[in-house]
Amino acid sequence: MIRKTALAILLAGTLALPGIASAKDIVIGFTTSETGRLNADATPQMHGFEMWRDHVNDNGGIKVGDTKYKVKLVHYDDQSKSNRVQQLYARLVTQDDADFLFSPYSSGLTATAAIISEQYGKVMVTTGAAEGKTYTLGNRYLFQTYTPAHLYLASALDAVKANNPDAKIALIYSNDGFSKAAAKGAADHAKELGLNVVMDEAYDPSTSDFSPVINKLVSSGANVLVGGGHFADGSTLTRQLHEQNADLKMISLLVAPDVPKFAELGDAAYGVSVPSQWEPNAAFKPDFGPTPEAFTQAYKKRFDETPGYHAAGGYAAGIILQHAIEQAGSLDTDKVAAELNKMDATTFYGHIKFASGEDNHGLQVGHDMVLAQWQKKDGKLQKQVVWPKKAQTAPLLYPIGQ
Amino acid sequence: MLGVLVSVINGLLVGAIYGLAAIGLTLIFGVMNVINLAHGAMIALGMFALYFITTGIGLSPYLALPVVFAGGFIVGVVVFWVAVHRVIGRAELMSLLATFAVSMMVVGLGTAAWSTSPYNVQVHLPGLTLGRYTIPGNHIVAAVAAVAIAALLYGFLYYSRLGKAIRAVASNRQAAELMGIPSAKVLAIAFGIGIAIAAVAGALIATLFPFTILSGANYELKSFVVTVLGGLGNPAGALLGGLLLGLIEGSVTPFVSGSWTPVIEFTLFVLILIAFPRGLFRVGRGR
Repeated sequence: MIRKTALAILLAGTLALPGIASAKDIVIGFTTSETGRLNADATPQMHGFEMWRDHVNDNGGIKVGDTKYKVKLVHYDDQSKSNRVQQLYARLVTQDDADFLFSPYSSGLTATAAIISEQYGKVMVTTGAAEGKTYTLGNRYLFQTYTPAHLYLASALDAVKANNPDAKIALIYSNDGFSKAAAKGAADHAKELGLNVVMDEAYDPSTSDFSPVINKLVSSGANVLVGGGHFADGSTLTRQLHEQNADLKMISLLVAPDVPKFAELGDAAYGVSVPSQWEPNAAFKPDFGPTPEAFTQAYKKRFDETPGYHAAGGYAAGIILQHAIEQAGSLDTDKVAAELNKMDATTFYGHIKFASGEDNHGLQVGHDMVLAQWQKKDGKLQKQVVWPKKAQTAPLLYPIGQ
Repeated sequence: MLGVLVSVINGLLVGAIYGLAAIGLTLIFGVMNVINLAHGAMIALGMFALYFITTGIGLSPYLALPVVFAGGFIVGVVVFWVAVHRVIGRAELMSLLATFAVSMMVVGLGTAAWSTSPYNVQVHLPGLTLGRYTIPGNHIVAAVAAVAIAALLYGFLYYSRLGKAIRAVASNRQAAELMGIPSAKVLAIAFGIGIAIAAVAGALIATLFPFTILSGANYELKSFVVTVLGGLGNPAGALLGGLLLGLIEGSVTPFVSGSWTPVIEFTLFVLILIAFPRGLFRVGRGR
């Protein structure tokens, strides 16, 4: 009998536990890829969320009217799988009573989460999710922090056009929503610029052997590679390009080269460029929140690595939501959404403005991207902003072998 | 044209490693009729073993292979006594579930310990240059090593006393017992060798591509295909099956977009099964 009672109490306790939050907490729910193929990309984003929460709580919390609320993050591992995202976001809203939501990492998972957030009428600030399509579906509570995918590779092509208008370009990209949208945008932009695209091929996101693709690249006679996907495939592709001496003048890949772990590839990483949402040496003067230096220093101190844009995006999602709540002076979804709709501000992460049209509500239209390249300084690999010219911290290395 | 040739060579090199990985699977099936669903997990463990030996002790990846083999053997024997021994000869579902459970445990613990971010083993070898194409040196060495290990295993099974005992138990466990062969011990050794081969194949793959604890799953699937192509329970057939799979991949990829390769590969696979239901390379006596 005692055993049964104890079991019942334990069971009841376990069920009730996630719902416990003190009266003065704002609960923000999300999933993150603690495991699965998106783990390397999702981890810094998670660090960004956590650092924001701690900064807010150390300063007493978010001010809503006259009351200060502490931030409580409730999160689960989505294993990089969308079926988990679907279950867990429903759980976050119904069982964990999340007031607001952040997105998971990646466009694919976010598209799934957006269905749930919209169904339950919760504001979701998305980060690490650039694909624009989700914002054309009439969602009312979805707000994007990242520059949309179709603009990702534009700066790389602009740089190619300026350095070598006769370049032969190969578009090689992962067969997922975000990368395909980025590649489609790149193909359109190349056409506008009058650049010559000699190869256009998608590969499976789980590809580990790129030799067939690289052989085709060599056969096509291309000398510039633009494309990629996420960390796992992008870093593999980079390594094999180096092993197979693909001899390219420029390599610009999505996402992977911006993850600090990319530098572990050593010589293979040299010269590889990445469209970046944000770089630590950016010089924005924020209307609210930390300066880029303050953010970078705090992040370095806490995690012992230089933050990339995934981390910055996580933190930025936090301060954007915080600012909207404070401006609204309320936790009411519609009031906060109205503030987000109005937002036109600069943060450490850059300019933020959301589209408010019916066919593109929530799409990020204020934020600009830069192109960063792995270069060597005193024999050590270091990322430099190389494009656009006005944001340059070092000139673009073109061709790479130079 | 040269591009196609290089692609075919690449395919064959990777195919040799598919073949080696499949030998581990087919050996265990052939000897004790157990379909080892922990095969992929053991391949992944081999990858990590190589990573930790090379980064920890600084040993060259190729010199580390015997260590990985020995470690794989020990793990295999332990897994055999803990999870497999008691379900041999029972319904096939039992051994499927037992090995699947082992796989879940290994993958779960591995995920907790090493996350699922990719790991790299750095290998610097000069490649073979053909015109504008380069065949990476590590691919060549790994393929040669795979074939050599397969040949050693073949020699062991056919010319050593223990190898003959393994074949005897595979052929008829009761008769082997009557001849004084301790069949349970022999099965444990065979299982250990099967796992050791899977681990070494994993280690060789780790010299080519980045990997995570989940990477084994892909090669497990290929191993099943290769095993069926080569005829279940036939190590020599597995190696040939691997080469064939690599050849198909290598000769298809230059002509179609990457996402079509598996479609064509598996269509051919089904056609081959229709024409040769017992596998292509069923040499010698069938089961």
